[in-house]
Amino acid sequence: MPAVGIRVVGATLTYRGDIVFRDLAVDFDPGLTSCLLGPSGVGKSSLLRMIAGLAPSGGRVMGSDGGPLAGRIAYMDQRDLLLPWLRVIDNVTLGSRLRGTRADRPAARALLERVGLQGNAADYPRTLSGGMRQRVALARTLMEDRPVVLMDEPFSALDALTRLRLQDLSAELLAGRTVVMVTHDPFEALRLADRIYVLSGRPAELGEALLIPNYPPRDPTAGGLAALHHELLDRLKAADAGSEPERRPAARRHAAGAP
Amino acid sequence: MRRLGFLLTFAGIVAAWQGLVSVTGVAPYILPGPLAVGRALVLHAGALLGHAATTAAEIALGLGLGTGLGFASAVAIGYLRPARRWLMPLLVVSQAVPVFAIAPLLVLWLGYGMVSKVAMATLIIYFPIATSFIDGLRRTEPGWLDLARTMTAGRPGAAWACFRHIRIHAGLPALASGVRLGAAIAPIGAIIGEWVGSNAGLGYLMLHANARMKVDLMFAALAVLAVLAVALFVAVDATCRRLLHWLPEGLPTEARTDWEEQR
Repeated sequence: MPAVGIRVVGATLTYRGDIVFRDLAVDFDPGLTSCLLGPSGVGKSSLLRMIAGLAPSGGRVMGSDGGPLAGRIAYMDQRDLLLPWLRVIDNVTLGSRLRGTRADRPAARALLERVGLQGNAADYPRTLSGGMRQRVALARTLMEDRPVVLMDEPFSALDALTRLRLQDLSAELLAGRTVVMVTHDPFEALRLADRIYVLSGRPAELGEALLIPNYPPRDPTAGGLAALHHELLDRLKAADAGSEPERRPAARRHAAGAP
Repeated sequence: MRRLGFLLTFAGIVAAWQGLVSVTGVAPYILPGPLAVGRALVLHAGALLGHAATTAAEIALGLGLGTGLGFASAVAIGYLRPARRWLMPLLVVSQAVPVFAIAPLLVLWLGYGMVSKVAMATLIIYFPIATSFIDGLRRTEPGWLDLARTMTAGRPGAAWACFRHIRIHAGLPALASGVRLGAAIAPIGAIIGEWVGSNAGLGYLMLHANARMKVDLMFAALAVLAVLAVALFVAVDATCRRLLHWLPEGLPTEARTDWEEQR
């Protein structure tokens, strides 16, 4: 599977008469993990949904090879979005069920084993804890085996320890793919990202990427990252000061339903 | 404990009924006592069972047909936009005309036999089942649909795949509420049909007994009908719950809260 980057050109989004972003251009490098940070409501999730083809782009979204991204994307939300009427194994193979192709169940079992849920293949989601459910969601995302993975705050609903474990796991399992992850957690971004972008302003703009050395997952408390941590926090503070709280639109479509 | 409480209440009502009849000495053709009704139950057990079987068959067929038709209409209305425009008014009209009013017509067209009663039961439950399922189909978690869209992007037949594998399943709890409601009101349709014109069934037996001042037999038929209706509802409710075992805890389906809260 060759790595494919993401190229966004001239992306424009208007929400209730408010210009969220205009003529936004960004390239996400192939095979790297990019994290998107910024004040809430600035349009991080909207940008992600636009790349996923779930929102009209008003511009061009394509692969770095110039081809369309449709069919090359796997999407993971902060909610696990498991279908409650399907067993864990069938949730993992949901993609082939929807596409009417044969499910590769041995592969699904192998993935469940990698996320530590080999014993739960026949369970229904209602019997699992939040962390287990999100691990199933991660297995489902990997089962799609797409070169581009979009993640919208994938671990934010989990407790700290579970979050750490899942971050390690996903860094390991997603290595080599182009990952764009929306997060509000600078710590998480420093652990997982090769590139960190801060989205700020109205219309929103992407600042220059913060380049993080070494391979994820990292220990953000390690010496070299302290300076980057400071730099990132400074950028976030500046971004927050630049946004006008009373005019922030609720850019996340499902914000009300999010846990 | 709950069952005991119910039995005590029931026994109390029957005792009060017998007491009222004994004290007031009301004529047995106005209000027979429970003993007389019990005697009629035993005496006419064969006839009661035969007529009950007819009524039960009408109700069951009506419930099956109404559920099938309601399901199919809801799927058509939920999936095809044009169908919404054409079928929705029909659905509303089917409910605006009281089934009671067209019962004589149905008997005229479909005869004195079971067909007209099945049609009546079908008609009376079609609307609640179809509308609850339509509601269920509309209120699908948008995140599931987004996920499905990224999984099927750029493929033919993606819309139908999402509808079939996600919307329909997500709507089943709502359909189950509709079917429960249907199970509760289907007996009305069958009995009305039997009253308007028939030669079998508990409704027919009640009219027949009433005309001959056999009020004890009428009450006996009523008791059988009540048992039949309750048994049907309990069976349908249990089936729905078994089929929807995957529902997360605390996600209410009407009957579940109703029955569980009493524990």
